[in-house]
Amino acid sequence: MNPTSLLLATFILSIAGLFVFIWSLRKGLFDVETSGSKVIFTPDDIGHYHDPAADPHEIDTLNIQTGRRNISHSDIANRPHDHSSTLPCFVLFGSAVFWLVFASLAGLVSSYKLHNPDFLTHSLALTFGVMRTIHLNLVAYGWAPLGVLGLAMWMLPRLLRAPLVGGRFAIAGAVIWNIALIAGIAAIANGKNAGMEWLEIPWQVGVLFALGGMMIGLSMVFTLFTHKVHHLYVSVWYIGAALFWFPVLYIVAKMPGVHFGIEQATTNWWFAHNVLGLFYTPLSIAAVYYFLPKVIGRPVHSYNLSLLGFWTLAFFYGQVGAHHLIGGPVPEWLLTLSIVQSMMMLIPVVAFSLNQHLTLKGHFQALKHSPTLRFIVFGAMMYTLASVQGSFEALRSFNAVTHFTHFTVAHAHLGMYGFVSMVIFGGIYFVLPQILKFSWPYPKLISWHFWLVVAGFSVYMISLMTAGVLQGLALQDASKPFMDSVTVTLPWLKGRSLGGSLMVAGHLVFAFHFASMVVFALSTKPFQKLSLTTEG
Amino acid sequence: MENSLKLIAGSMVTLSFATCALVALPFLQLKDVPAPEALKPYSPGQARGRNAYIANGCIACHTQQPSTTGAGIADAQRGWGRASVAADYHYDSPPLLGTMRTGPDLFNIGERQPSEDWHLGHLYQPRLYVPGSVMPGFPYLFEIKNKAETTKGDRVVSLPEGAIPDGKVVVAGEEALNLVAYLTGMKHNYPVLTPEEAKLAALRKARVPTND
Ligand code: HEC
Ligand code: HEM
Ligand code: HEM
Repeated sequence: MNPTSLLLATFILSIAGLFVFIWSLRKGLFDVETSGSKVIFTPDDIGHYHDPAADPHEIDTLNIQTGRRNISHSDIANRPHDHSSTLPCFVLFGSAVFWLVFASLAGLVSSYKLHNPDFLTHSLALTFGVMRTIHLNLVAYGWAPLGVLGLAMWMLPRLLRAPLVGGRFAIAGAVIWNIALIAGIAAIANGKNAGMEWLEIPWQVGVLFALGGMMIGLSMVFTLFTHKVHHLYVSVWYIGAALFWFPVLYIVAKMPGVHFGIEQATTNWWFAHNVLGLFYTPLSIAAVYYFLPKVIGRPVHSYNLSLLGFWTLAFFYGQVGAHHLIGGPVPEWLLTLSIVQSMMMLIPVVAFSLNQHLTLKGHFQALKHSPTLRFIVFGAMMYTLASVQGSFEALRSFNAVTHFTHFTVAHAHLGMYGFVSMVIFGGIYFVLPQILKFSWPYPKLISWHFWLVVAGFSVYMISLMTAGVLQGLALQDASKPFMDSVTVTLPWLKGRSLGGSLMVAGHLVFAFHFASMVVFALSTKPFQKLSLTTEG
Repeated sequence: MENSLKLIAGSMVTLSFATCALVALPFLQLKDVPAPEALKPYSPGQARGRNAYIANGCIACHTQQPSTTGAGIADAQRGWGRASVAADYHYDSPPLLGTMRTGPDLFNIGERQPSEDWHLGHLYQPRLYVPGSVMPGFPYLFEIKNKAETTKGDRVVSLPEGAIPDGKVVVAGEEALNLVAYLTGMKHNYPVLTPEEAKLAALRKARVPTND
C-alpha cells in the first residue's frame, strides 16, 4: 500500500468514525432540541430584547414596537451562582483592555516602520522585527486570551447553574499570567527569543504561563464537573474542550529538548494554527452562541446544527496546521492532509453561519439599538469571511500567490480582529454593566468605538489584501526584479497605517470608557456593595 | 457528568489525531534522516550570528525555504537556490523557515552575496546599497568612531562615498560580525540525494568499506 492510499483509507475511516460518534451522542442531542437551547434563559428572558449596554428606553420602545413582551429583566439574576465569577471576570477584562492599548500601539508603530524604515532604528527593542513580535505576543497572549477567558468565566456559572469553584485561584492565576506576559515581552525586547513564530517567549517564562493558565482553567474545569443542569449548552462544549486543548498544545510545543529540525516546524504550526482554531475560535464561538440569542431573546435556531458544527470543528481544525508550510520542505502527504482538512472546515463554518443567520432572521432592526448585538453580529460575520477566505488560501493555486505576502497578515486580522476582537468588545459591553452594577457612562462613545474600528478595519483589510495580491503576482514573475514586489506594496502599506490609526483611536476611546466606568462605579458605591465578590 | 466526560474524551481523541499527524508522524519519519555530508555544522561564531538573526527579528521579513512549486515557482530563476529539503535543516533548532517575503529568501545568500563588506554596510544602512529598500538599518550593531581613535582590532566597514561625515568611521560590533559570518555561510547548493541514494549512503556507511 502506498502512502497516499493509506492516507485516504485513514481519512475515510476516521470521518466515518466521527459521524458514528456524533450519531452516538444523539441522545441529549437530537431529542432535546428545544429544551437544550433554552438553558441560557430564565423563563422570562425569552421573547424580548435585552442589552445592558443599550439605552433602556430604546430597548423598551423596540420591544413595544415589535409587539414583544416588555418586562423588567431578570437576568442579573437573583441566582447566587451568577455572582460567583464577577471579580475574576473583572480582573481578566481589565488586563485584556490594558494589553489591547499597548498591543495596538505596537502594531501601529510596526505598520508605520514598513513604509518608513528609518523611523526608530536605534535599539533592538524598537526595530521592526522585534516590535512586530511584541505586537503579536501582546495580542496572542494578552488581549485575546484574557478577553475570551473572561467571557468564558462569565458564561460558565450561568450555563451550568453552579457557582464558580475557586474564584480566588483564578484571580491569582490571572495575576501570574500577567506577570509572565511582562517577563515574556521584556525577554523579547532584550533579544531573548526562542525563534519559533507564536512561541517566541522563552520556555522558562512559558512555565509561568502554564501555571497561571492552569489556575484559571482548573477553576472552570472543576465548575464544569459540578454542574447542576441536565443539559450542557453548546457554548459549554466549546469552552470545555478549549480548556483542555490549550494546555496540551502549549506544553507539547514548548517541551524543551524534544523537537528537532523540520519536525520542529510542523510542531510549530500544529501549535500556532491550533491556538487559533482550538482556543480563540471556540471560545469566541461560545460567546456568539450565548450573547446573540440572549440579546434578541430567542433560542438558537437549530440546536442539532450547532453540535454537528462542534464535532466537525474539533476533528478537522486540528489537522490544518501544515497549510502554513505549503511548498516547504515538509513531507508531501502532510501538506495534502492539511489542505483537505482546510476545505472540510467549510462544514462547521457553514453550520455555524447558517445557524446564526437563521436565529437572527427577523430581528435585524435590533442591530440599530443594541451595541452588544452590533459587535457580536459583526464578529460572527467576519468569522465566516475569515474561514472561507482561509479555506481558499489553503488551496495550492491560491496559496501560490498569497503565501509569503501581506495577504496572510490581512487574513490574520480578519480572523483575530474582525472576529475574535469584535466578539470580545461586544461581550464586554454586555457584561461590564452587570459586574459593576453601573451603566456605561457615555453611550455615544460606544458608537464612536464601533464606527472608528469598523471604518479603520475596512481600510486595513482592503489595502492589505490588495498589497498582498500585487506583491504575490510580482514575486511569481521572475522577469521582474525583486524590488518591484516591494515598491508595489508601498501605497497600500500607507493605507494600512491609516486604517490602523483609526482602529487605535477606537481602542483608546474604548479603554477610556472602560476606565471611566470603573472609576464612576467605584466612587459611587463602596467596593463591598458591588457584586465584586468571589463567593455567592 | 456523563456528558462532560464524553465531551472531554471526544475532544482529546480529535486532538490526538492531529498530534499524530503533525507531530508524531513527522518525528518518526524524519528522525533518522542523516545530515548531508556537504553540510557543515555551524561554527561558534555562526551559531551566535544565528541567534542574532533570531533576536533581531529578521524572520519577520525573510524566509529560508526556496521551493520550485507554488509561491516559490520563481525562486530558482531569481538565484535563490534549489528547493530545500528536510535534511538541509539538520543543524537548525529551530529551523527559521519564515512566512513573509517582504525581503528575499536567504537560504543561499552566502552563494549570491559572499562579500562581507557588502553585508556589513547593508546591515548598517540598506538604502546605501538598494535604494527604496524597506529593510531597517541596524545602527545599534555598529559604533561610529573618529578615524583617529580606531584601534588595530577594529573592523572598519567600508561604506560608499559620503555615507558618513569625513573623519568618522563605522566599526562593526561583535554581533554584526557574527551575523555576517552566519549569512555568508548560508550555502545549500550541494545536490540533494534521492531517497534511494540516501538509503545506499546509509548502508555504505554502516558496512565495512568495500571497493565498489
Ligand atoms: C522590514 C523587513 C525586513 C527586515 C526586518 C529585515 N530585512 Fe533584510 N531585506 C528586506 C528587504 C525589503 C530586502 C531587499 C532590499 C535590500 O536588499 O535591501 C532585504 C534584503 C536583505 C539582504 C540581501 C538579500 C539579497 O538577495 O541581496 C540580506 C542579506 C538581508 N536582507 C539580511 C537581513 C538580516 C540579517 C536581517 C535581520 C538583522 C534583516 N535582513 C531584516 C527587508 C527586511
Ligand atoms: C490596532 C491596530 C493594529 C495594527 C495597526 C496592527 C498592525 C500589525 C502589523 C504591522 C503586523 C505585522 C505584519 C508584518 O509582519 O508584515 C501585525 C501582525 C499581527 N497582528 Fe496586528 N495590528 C493591529 C491590531 C491587532 C489586533 C487587535 C490583533 C488581534 C487580536 C492583531 C493580531 C495580529 C496578528 C495575529 C499578527 C501576526 C500576523 C502574521 O503572523 O501573519 N493585530 N499587525
Ligand atoms: C476554516 C478556517 C480557516 C482556514 C482554512 C484558514 C487558513 C489559513 C491559511 C492557509 C493560512 C496560511 C497562509 C500562508 O501562510 O500562506 C492562515 C493563516 C492565518 N490564519 Fe487562518 N484560516 C482559517 C480561519 C482562521 C480564523 C478563524 C482565524 C482567527 C481566529 C485565523 C487566523 C489566522 C492567522 C493569525 C494566520 C497567520 C499565521 C501566521 O502566519 O503567523 N484563521 N489561515
